Amino acid sequence: MVHAQKPLRKTPQTSQRARAKLSIGTLLTYALCFVMAIITVFPFIWMVLGSLKTAAEAAQYPPTFFPTEVAWSNYVEVFTSTDFLRYIFNSFFVASVVTFVALIFHAMAAYSLARLRFPGRNGLFVIIISTLMVPFSITLIPSFIIVRSLGWFDTYAALIVPAIFNAFGIFLLRQFYLGIPRDLEEAALLDGDTPAGIFWHVALPLSRPILATLAVFFWLANWNNYLWPLIVTQSPEMRVIQVGIASFAGEYSTQWQLIMAGSTIAAIPGLILYIFMQRYLIEGIKLSGLK
Amino acid sequence: MDNFEKTALGSAQVERPRAKKRASYRSSRRRSEAITGYLFLLPDALGLFVFVIVPIGYAFFISLHDWNALSPMRWTGFDNYVDLWYDRRFWSSLRITGLYTIIYVPLLYAISLGLALLVNQRLPLMNFFRTIFFIPVVLSLVVSSLMWKYIFDERVGLLNYVIGLVGIEPQAWLGSVELALPSIIIVSIWIQMGYFMVIFVAGLQDISALFYDAAKIDGANHWQQFWRITLPLLRPTSLFVVVISLIGSFQVFDQIWVMTRGGPADATQVTVVYIYQQAFQFFNLGYGSAMAFALFIVIMVFSLVQFRVFRSVD
Repeated sequence: MVHAQKPLRKTPQTSQRARAKLSIGTLLTYALCFVMAIITVFPFIWMVLGSLKTAAEAAQYPPTFFPTEVAWSNYVEVFTSTDFLRYIFNSFFVASVVTFVALIFHAMAAYSLARLRFPGRNGLFVIIISTLMVPFSITLIPSFIIVRSLGWFDTYAALIVPAIFNAFGIFLLRQFYLGIPRDLEEAALLDGDTPAGIFWHVALPLSRPILATLAVFFWLANWNNYLWPLIVTQSPEMRVIQVGIASFAGEYSTQWQLIMAGSTIAAIPGLILYIFMQRYLIEGIKLSGLK
Repeated sequence: MDNFEKTALGSAQVERPRAKKRASYRSSRRRSEAITGYLFLLPDALGLFVFVIVPIGYAFFISLHDWNALSPMRWTGFDNYVDLWYDRRFWSSLRITGLYTIIYVPLLYAISLGLALLVNQRLPLMNFFRTIFFIPVVLSLVVSSLMWKYIFDERVGLLNYVIGLVGIEPQAWLGSVELALPSIIIVSIWIQMGYFMVIFVAGLQDISALFYDAAKIDGANHWQQFWRITLPLLRPTSLFVVVISLIGSFQVFDQIWVMTRGGPADATQVTVVYIYQQAFQFFNLGYGSAMAFALFIVIMVFSLVQFRVFRSVD
């Protein structure tokens, strides 16, 4: 805990006092960080511990900290008592398709807005950006009705198609394309490449890092999505994982060990992405704060 | 740039016929660029049009009807809005949403800024703590809500056990009218603080160290530095954080739906929960849309006020 800063040259007494103050500040910093870290992590640890307790132990008061007998069977029961595998598949499938299609569409739209000249471009850009201001609560009911009248209720199309469109991704990619040097495109142009070709051969490969950032972001957002799937699906076969664990918690409201086992499974993809793609995730958030 | 190209091209045309070919090549190239531009924009523009822009007008249209999605729509004019005016549950939902917002937004602001200031110090282990504080952000709202529901549980919950150790009576955290909303606010802050911490850290790192050096030379202490430099220079970040968290808190749903379903006795029934119930449980789509539209206007007004307030301070 050595402070790198040189104390100001004053009387020895004040500099000593300043140093003492700093180390108290440092101590306080660590104490606060430690407390907040426990508050942050503990509910998560408690969930995992709870998922490993037997039904009797989970219902016991006062609660035990570590499970006296590790009940992996809870995880088996989650998969046998509901169609949990199907929920996982649905979420995985929907999140992956949405991410893939959204990245292609957004990259195309962003490149068009950043680099291709056509009448009405700026007006269209303003309209697209202004959709960012629209709160989801106003579009919820009409989107549900539109999806229903298209005959998509309780289908993958209802889960996937409306989730693709979001101006945030377009905006970020556009900013990125505005920043790449024109020389690279000029070279391709001189080789006789078409605008679409330049996008495909030059712009898209260059935007790989930001596409990765957005991919992590979109995938996780869709994996974690709850309200929209809750509204547009009905049959158990179409349930996504978040709807699955929430309804599971409703049905087995006192079986905490099973609810926690289901929640732990639902939490795993996010944690894996966080551990391995942390840089991208944090980068994406910083970009979202860009104004 | 565009004009310059045109005039340069124009003079070239007069001088040399060979340039004509080049000009026609240029214009065909322009056309293909424009066509590609429109085609590239088409999928997203169409999607945003159908699923964002049309729904705003459509929501208003539906709100002028009595409709349960099965029988044909029945035009009722502004009846839904009149009903809304006399609906005590609607006003109560607005009041609870307002209460939630008034507590949640400032607290979230203070805590996430506090965390950012903590981990932004040049001390060992701060990256580690930043990584830890961010964890709740990657969990879904449903998972976070369920794990907290387990902790809050009246019968077997850990929280009652812990407060029991210091001699406090067990509480029905999510089951009592007084405690349910504060409990949910705590969970919401726990979920969001890491996200806004990252935003604040990015904002803090944008502030040039020169300001602090100058302040130190002038003998400003940490407290003065925070109020005179950090906070004023963070204003763009603050605006973003306040507006985003405000819009989010006006529309809070997942945590409440999972933890209390709006109960007990409507104590946590915020507006979006009430909209959900009316539209998707009772199938009053017209009435639900009227509420959504009213909330939309409230959100717009508050966002504009925020922008104004932050502008006028500048």
